[in-house]
Amino acid sequence: MFDIYLLEAVINGVLLGGVLALLALGLNLIFGVIDVVWICYAELIMMGMYGMFYMVSGFHFPFLVAAVLAIALVAILGVVLHVLVIAPLLNAAPINQLLATGGVLAFLQALATVMFGIDFRNLGIRLPVIEISGMFISYARLLAFGTALAGMVAVYLFLSRTYTGTAIRAIAQDRQIMPLMGVDTRRIYIVTSAIGGGLAGLAACLLVLQYDVHPFIGLTFGPITFMICVLGGLGNMIGGFVAAFVFAEIISVAGLYMDLEWGYVFAFVFFIVMMFIRPRGLLARRS
Amino acid sequence: MTSALSAPPAGVLSARGNRALPWAAAAVLIALPFAWNAPYPMHLMVVVLIWSFAYTSWSVMGRFGLVSLGHGGFFGVGAYGTALSWNYFHLSPFLGVPIAMVAAVVLAVLVAYPCSRFRITGHYFALVTLALSAIVLQVATASRDITGGSLGYTPERVQGGSAFLAFQFTDKLTWYFIALGVWAVGLFIRWRVDRSMLAYALEAIAEDEDAAGAAGVNVTAEKLKVTALSAAMTAFAGAMYCQYQMFISPDTVSGISVSLQMVFAAVVGGIYVLPGPTVGAIITILLAEGLRIFFGTGALGWDNLVYGTLLVVFIIFLPQGLVGAAWNWLTGGRKIA
Repeated sequence: MFDIYLLEAVINGVLLGGVLALLALGLNLIFGVIDVVWICYAELIMMGMYGMFYMVSGFHFPFLVAAVLAIALVAILGVVLHVLVIAPLLNAAPINQLLATGGVLAFLQALATVMFGIDFRNLGIRLPVIEISGMFISYARLLAFGTALAGMVAVYLFLSRTYTGTAIRAIAQDRQIMPLMGVDTRRIYIVTSAIGGGLAGLAACLLVLQYDVHPFIGLTFGPITFMICVLGGLGNMIGGFVAAFVFAEIISVAGLYMDLEWGYVFAFVFFIVMMFIRPRGLLARRS
Repeated sequence: MTSALSAPPAGVLSARGNRALPWAAAAVLIALPFAWNAPYPMHLMVVVLIWSFAYTSWSVMGRFGLVSLGHGGFFGVGAYGTALSWNYFHLSPFLGVPIAMVAAVVLAVLVAYPCSRFRITGHYFALVTLALSAIVLQVATASRDITGGSLGYTPERVQGGSAFLAFQFTDKLTWYFIALGVWAVGLFIRWRVDRSMLAYALEAIAEDEDAAGAAGVNVTAEKLKVTALSAAMTAFAGAMYCQYQMFISPDTVSGISVSLQMVFAAVVGGIYVLPGPTVGAIITILLAEGLRIFFGTGALGWDNLVYGTLLVVFIIFLPQGLVGAAWNWLTGGRKIA
């Protein structure tokens, strides 16, 4: 018998996958180019969500204006993070960089707690739910999926069609040679941090439509984003894209039969099992 | 790969003519509660000692560049394992704790084996182990029929509140001596590890895995040994925490926050020196308590704000930690063996 609930879960998984892929893309871009993992990536998203909340609910900005401002805000946060924390540690052991961004994670969580309190907040915008032959698809998710895809296409075009984009891809391939080719590495790192931050900002605009924002929301998205990136092969953007959908399907389909938390448990277990089988990522070339 | 967090001086409480120092410190710490045992300071000391033990357990492997973010998971397994085996199977913690420790070791080996087999180190290792602590958190939350979920869990109290076999004591003084003993054993284990052949092997591995392997070091076996030891100690710390607090919840004993908390405190104190993690625990816990008292309930978040900043500042300017920096300053930067 055809199971309509299963199909609904699969479709919702695809929609969730779009947003997760967007998250993974930002993190992968930064890792691929600057060679650091921003453990606090999800906390940047949280700050973006708060930005959206205050701009839309507090100052009554139109949603699109607020979205543009929120993306800019998180992009600036990304640059600040790079200049203050990452730049002084560029030559330190990789694990120090990871721990320093861990400190930023605690800092941002605490900052949000101090500034905004621990209440759950939401925009109060309820987007309609679309019914297609008995299946219920949330409009917010559909919108998030579409926008995430558009964002990823935009980043792809930027990386492949512009001079700066080409320089960014070149640095990801060879860090030592590019300065000799006349590329200003420092500037490229800052641009990359801004794009990475901007993608987090875009994700924030989409997630704020679906989830309440609170200071610890980063812990919901953070671990899963890192796992997607590692599963896809850190820095491998296409791998991350595929891994995001695999993860989203596991969470969504397992969540259909059991609690949502078990969906996450299965996804994490799958991740660890995959580390046995493909330690260098899903799409790793055998070396 | 360069070894993480620079310049490793080994244990501070070591030879060099000050063999008396540990004994003097022990005498002071044992005598202390007889001179002064107000309940609140005693409580703080017990908490500091238990966490010091946990942070020291992390540093046992962390100091060799094996930065694990999975220790929140081991701590949680220790805490939940002990509480569940007491409530459901009426196993005394004297049996329940070893069972929980074995469970943590199994979990650790399950993850650490492929990691060392497939050369997953540095970033990758940190992120894979992070998945482990996330799994423990999610399982503890999701199986709410058994563990009470995010509402937390309480081991059943025995009649009268104290019983040796149940390892439940209402008296803070008893707990102080238990925690003191546990902490001292923790320091001793780390001191022994730092001076063992294992330490030489692991230092060689941290410098260059291939070279160490070529020189006859069994890379996988050595890494597994230290990981299993560290996981078992951390699970024990979790069990002690559970027995002392008599209340555990997924967020306070497992997950990425607890893992990061361990790494922070150890790094702030200094992971290459024996008393480093302890000093880290004292600083972070007193800071949190101080801010809580100073700001009252409005302090929510201020402690993390301060120590998130501290962590970043430390990693950038003082990667050897407070005790490590003090030691380098006192000895004029001489390396100690």
